[in-house]
Amino acid sequence: MTQSNRIPGGQIDRSRSLSFTFDGVTYQGHPGDTLASALLANGQRLMGRSFKYHRPRGPISAGSEEPNALVELRGGARREPNTRATVVELFDGLSAESQNRWPSLKFDAMAVNDRLSNFFTAGFYYKTFMWPKAFWEKLYEPIIRRAAGLGSLSREEDPDQYDKGFLHCDLLIIGAGPAGLMAALTAGRAGARVILADEDFRMGGRLNAETHEVGGLTGADWAAQAVAELRSMANVRMMPRTTIIGAMDHGIYAAVERVSDHLPVPLPGKPRQILWRIYSHRAILAGGATERPIAFENNDRPGILLAGSLRAYANRWGVAVGRRVAVFTNNDDGLRTASDLKAKGMEVRVIDARKGEEVVDTAGRLGLSSVTIRSGGRTETFACEALAVSGGWNPNVNIASHHRGRPVWNDTIAAFVPGQGDIPGLEAAGAAAGRFSTRAALETGAAAAEGALADLGRSAPARDLPTAEDGPYAITPKWYVGGGKGRAWIDQQNDVTLKDVKLAHQENYTSVEHLKRYTTLGMATDQGKTGNVLGLAVMASLTGKSIPQTGTTVYRPPYTPVAMGTLAGRSRGQEFKPKRLTPSHKWASEQGAVFVEVGQWLRTQWLPRAGETQWRESVDREVLATRKSVGICDVTTLGKIDIQGTDAGAFLDKVYANTFSTLAVGKCRYGLMLREDGIVYDDGTTARLGQNEYVMTTTTANAVLVFRNLEYARQCLYPDMDVQLISTTEAWAQFSVAGPNARKLLQKLVDQDISDAELPYMGCREITVCGGLRARIFRISFSGELAYEIAVPTRYGDALIRELVEQGREFDAVVYGTEALGVMRVEKGHVAGNELNGQSTALNMGLGKMVSKKKDSIGMVLSQREGMNDPNGYRLVGVKPVDPAQKLTAGSHFLEKGAAPVIANDLGWLTSVVHSPHLGCSIALGYLKKGDERRGQRLRSANLLAGAEVEVEIVSPHFFDPEGERLRG
Amino acid sequence: MIINHPILGPRDSQEFVYLGDAALIDRPDGLAEGALDTFHDYLYLRDNPAGLHRELWYHEQGDRSWLVVTRNTLTHEITQVELARDVARARGRSK
Repeated sequence: MTQSNRIPGGQIDRSRSLSFTFDGVTYQGHPGDTLASALLANGQRLMGRSFKYHRPRGPISAGSEEPNALVELRGGARREPNTRATVVELFDGLSAESQNRWPSLKFDAMAVNDRLSNFFTAGFYYKTFMWPKAFWEKLYEPIIRRAAGLGSLSREEDPDQYDKGFLHCDLLIIGAGPAGLMAALTAGRAGARVILADEDFRMGGRLNAETHEVGGLTGADWAAQAVAELRSMANVRMMPRTTIIGAMDHGIYAAVERVSDHLPVPLPGKPRQILWRIYSHRAILAGGATERPIAFENNDRPGILLAGSLRAYANRWGVAVGRRVAVFTNNDDGLRTASDLKAKGMEVRVIDARKGEEVVDTAGRLGLSSVTIRSGGRTETFACEALAVSGGWNPNVNIASHHRGRPVWNDTIAAFVPGQGDIPGLEAAGAAAGRFSTRAALETGAAAAEGALADLGRSAPARDLPTAEDGPYAITPKWYVGGGKGRAWIDQQNDVTLKDVKLAHQENYTSVEHLKRYTTLGMATDQGKTGNVLGLAVMASLTGKSIPQTGTTVYRPPYTPVAMGTLAGRSRGQEFKPKRLTPSHKWASEQGAVFVEVGQWLRTQWLPRAGETQWRESVDREVLATRKSVGICDVTTLGKIDIQGTDAGAFLDKVYANTFSTLAVGKCRYGLMLREDGIVYDDGTTARLGQNEYVMTTTTANAVLVFRNLEYARQCLYPDMDVQLISTTEAWAQFSVAGPNARKLLQKLVDQDISDAELPYMGCREITVCGGLRARIFRISFSGELAYEIAVPTRYGDALIRELVEQGREFDAVVYGTEALGVMRVEKGHVAGNELNGQSTALNMGLGKMVSKKKDSIGMVLSQREGMNDPNGYRLVGVKPVDPAQKLTAGSHFLEKGAAPVIANDLGWLTSVVHSPHLGCSIALGYLKKGDERRGQRLRSANLLAGAEVEVEIVSPHFFDPEGERLRG
Repeated sequence: MIINHPILGPRDSQEFVYLGDAALIDRPDGLAEGALDTFHDYLYLRDNPAGLHRELWYHEQGDRSWLVVTRNTLTHEITQVELARDVARARGRSK
């Protein structure tokens, strides 16, 4: 295809051609083109179908505000829906498809919606598909979604990488048009650290799209010169292809840099996009302005563009959308389009609304072919391929309004400008501040930078502004052309017409927030950048209020759409969260262990042996072998906190419900920690290694939280206690060695005597192992067996597990995982996560006596509340099925025999259920009302969800060795 | 947000964990007469002002300092940052 609409000039590199496809047809463009400019150059005005009515549409803009020209870019896993053709930088081999049409863009069967438009006005879905309610999700919504809509996802994993980064600067400048460039030159020359970000791939803003001179050069050349100077400054970071998407607190701005979107695929090792967090002392919003349309009948045909955009296509990209052009404007800037296009040899006709002239209708099925105008009571139709429309310019106030500040109406330019001081440290300049001439942009840019420099304590260089046009911008508001019967579009992306706004008004949805939700005005990818102000101006005229009285909706980040992958960055898949590996992980992997995620940790769940096909076989074997001889388990994940200082004991008395200051040196004690509201928070064993030195253990889940709370108690509650804390969870590799042969096995490794006399139950020692390696040993038991926990510096953990296994061969030692650990703790009646559920008290757990009332500890007072000490309340019990062949189900509820399974008869529930190989049946722990008085009773355990009901016997929670003879052996 | 840490200077709020009202520092004596009532009020009755609020932040990914940050909940403006330990001492807490 030829570039039939290409005209001379512009900032494209005609020495090179780029080949691309749109809907399977191959076209040529040049470096510097966008997808939209290249398609227009090829005479392709039609680029999409509208959301609701499937109307043929082409671009109305040349920037990120584009509502219409949305395409699916690339293919396969890289397919990206809803990409604005107006900002897609052309590359060789680019492929794009139009969206929301079937079977083709030119013939779209769903265009029947357009004929039925009377049925599809605002609120249509709400009114029509109300009944029956159940039909909404199953029938109506899927049909509507198929008929209306935007692009579709690839449904494949995104193959690209996304990064996050942090930048710091004195001054962030948002937008590199004349105001932004002048601000950057002023601050950069003063030596300030400057970041200049612009969403375009070519910096210069409107200077690239205009014909007037700056400093004796073309605007584009002056911009290129300024960019070159800025690039040479080490203190200035130039960030083209970077959109500031939001203003956060305290000078922090979020930015998306499109690192690789202008390439077919990212270069090796490069991310596709980077989400930057920019820390700035001061910021200047020089984001320019967006032109707004005027609503008139059939104002949405391909070939009808905003006047400034039509001019930009001609001046920057060398593209004539049509040779015969009409310009409909209510301001002087629209006239500039007329004069620029005339100078390029096009036939131009101006319809100046200020003279009472207006466009009343247009024609052309897939693109504009003629325009009907009314002037002095006379209507006339004439042929043209392009219609430029200017209803005035809206300063881009979005970023300045991200802190909920409301923009301020300025009557002179008939537009909103940023409110003063809405975002501390941010000042608007140039068109973003409502100053539309080039001269004013340069001036306000320099002034804003000078203000920022003064705030930063730097002196500004002498002001050196280039000469530039300072033309007037005379506007007489003209929002819509009334009187017709057809539809006049306000928000083209959402197919919101003048009629819809009138309907919203009729039905009393007059507040702008209601107007938005009722009509969908200003929603979706463009967020109403072109249509919003027009919509609320129409509403204002209907209600008889002024525009500022009508107000704007809230501006929220992001400024333009952001890919989910960019927000996720590297936090996806395996890297979604940090992964912590235990010291025995490598060894366990070699053995084919099955791992389970416990918080961030990967722990061994069980270690299958050859021939074991089912997890229970492995777990039962691990339990039985441990109880018969000896088992080894990695317990490194438990939190470990070193507590030292002359007040260490007193400190522990505050944070634990029971007493630790009286613990003898060389002894361990089980500790119970409460929340201030009296609920049990955490438990663990704490050992006293010296007069002023303790080591606390916490549950795996609460390791970080307990440490945080200890610091809170130390700094906020007891600031003068002499106590120091440090987390040593990762400093020590710790293994439990449990079973009748535990001592025999460990004695082979431990250099000192660990006989019962030397190291009795609940004793602890600092020792050496394997001929001198420093280690710690704690004689504590979670399994109910004679058991020890032995700790060595983490880097020796792998060696220790291998040595334990090697030395354990003569005892048939097993290594067991978290499942066997769980079985043995339930057999022994120890509480764990399922019982420490954030709702249970020490009394519920049968540990009420542990809460000392003689001292003030966290949670002590409120644990005495009446409601928590109900004699009829829950108590921890053991549960067995009456018929050992029956299985218990966790979460089942206790019921009296014969009682209906309703909440009023509920007596409690099963918290933890395991199969006990020792007892040969299912056993459980549970919370049962008056459980301590019900030993021997028979109840039902019912699980309505699982449809299971089992007759159970209430027993002691200590199923195994209730007298504790084994662990003292 | 940026919190101006009294020891480490300006730090991103992402490094911190938020707890809440700094009135939590004024923990009553659990052994005193009527402790059940004072603790009830201490734990459950707190203000939630729209405006200046003194609140506890913990520099978990930093030096583990607990801070008292005076912040305007409407604007996020931070007007004062103190070490919680200093505040606790000034409010008569010791051991």
